[in-house]
Amino acid sequence: MDLSDLARRPTEWLRGTGGMSDVVISSRVRLARNLAGMPFLGRCSAEQTVEIEHRLRDCILAAGFADETIYVDIDQADEIDRGLLVERHLISRQHANGDHRRGVAFSPSETLAIMVNEEDHLRLQVLRSGLELDDAVAEAIAADNRLEESLSFAFHRKYGYLTACPTNVGTGLRVSVMLHLPALKMTGEIEKVFRAAHDMRLALRGLYGEGTEATGDFFQISNQTTLGKSEEQIIREFCVDTLPHIIEYERRAREVLLSKRAIAIDDRADRSLAVLRAAKLISSDETMYLLSLIRMGVTLGQCRDLDLATLNELFLMTQPAHLQKMLGRKLEPFERAEARATYIRQRIEAACK
Amino acid sequence: MNFKCDKCGKPATIHLTEIVDGDKLEKHFCQNCASTDGITIQAEVPIGQLLEDFVLQSGGENEPPELVCEVCGMGFSEFRDNGLLGCPNDYDVFADSMAGILERAQEGAVQHIGKVPFGSDDVQKRQTAILRLRSELKTAVSGENYERAAAIRDQIKELES
Repeated sequence: MDLSDLARRPTEWLRGTGGMSDVVISSRVRLARNLAGMPFLGRCSAEQTVEIEHRLRDCILAAGFADETIYVDIDQADEIDRGLLVERHLISRQHANGDHRRGVAFSPSETLAIMVNEEDHLRLQVLRSGLELDDAVAEAIAADNRLEESLSFAFHRKYGYLTACPTNVGTGLRVSVMLHLPALKMTGEIEKVFRAAHDMRLALRGLYGEGTEATGDFFQISNQTTLGKSEEQIIREFCVDTLPHIIEYERRAREVLLSKRAIAIDDRADRSLAVLRAAKLISSDETMYLLSLIRMGVTLGQCRDLDLATLNELFLMTQPAHLQKMLGRKLEPFERAEARATYIRQRIEAACK
Repeated sequence: MNFKCDKCGKPATIHLTEIVDGDKLEKHFCQNCASTDGITIQAEVPIGQLLEDFVLQSGGENEPPELVCEVCGMGFSEFRDNGLLGCPNDYDVFADSMAGILERAQEGAVQHIGKVPFGSDDVQKRQTAILRLRSELKTAVSGENYERAAAIRDQIKELES
């Protein structure tokens, strides 16, 4: 299918709404499953890999998750399309770079996505804007139940749902949230969060999950333990025992910055906006950096020119594959810098009218 | 920096830092004096051997030479190297050997208490049977034993329905 439409529209889970959306950008829940009676992917023959892909694709499309479920053959997709899906968090980088038969199914709203033949045969994820994990896990489990009506997943009395890597065994459930923590980064207190997260057995990663560094002001935090706890317990521990503290910590750091010198926050946000309105060439890193400063200004009521939805949209649309898809061709980095700057200027002018 | 042996004055190659009652004490010895004093482990043992001994020891004394899953052919050392299992049956075959790994990864938990599939009572038994049949099917097909392959396919179909 042609993914050009995707590149032109923002995605549901970046609406800037939902719980705690001043700090929590989005929530994600994922379940890992494998077909019973089949080896895990690393031990599958090419024929078995194809057989799994066919079977899962048929069942997913027949399950009627959405009015029109979109399915993309990843091994047929070109580099830009694969990049686009990664940037929209519909597939992992690992899934984009494989060389076997694999695919992804997703709903038009992109809130439900199912990767076929990633590390496990099936990886089902639900995405939500803001902190909405209860809702997300309920949808994921409902989707899993629906699939179990026609599929039998590898299951063990003791170990639960079996996965290729034992770090996912049991519930196969990974919950994560994407956080914007500019104030903690600015005050240097982010290190404490890293340490506390580590002690609480949570993983802190960069924007694109596993294998990406936590750079800039955006972080993904997720649970590590998948066995010996029920799904509800995992969500509860994550949402009640851990997350509120980090959010509170960031809010407090923002308030301290605000009470010390509100004008400094205002100044940084407005200067950042001025640069974005004027730049003719801009890198992805600089864009992220400036958008982060504006976002903090907006959440503290200091910058009223833009709203969170527009900022989130800019984060997404200014990434390499999105720019290339919008222009319909491969762009060299210097061409991207120009295309990015042009897109940002137009988008901000439209929003500030 | 060149230190001389505290005992004989030859060039020192062994350097020790001891902390006694909070005071830092640095000692320097040549190879000879150090081994007469029993400070170093025998220096003749090549480093390669030391490592090998260490690896063998830490590999777990209760572990037989190499566990291999008869269904998927995965060996335990292969799993240890790349972290991924070959098939569901590996969880049983490697149960003892990977107990430590699992406990470290899962905060010591060993029992699933989350969601279970519908009618999961004999799900597992049936699943293992299917897995075994599939591996037999692979062998039959590669050995061009199509009659046997067809029979196995029927059995799989029956178990899956």
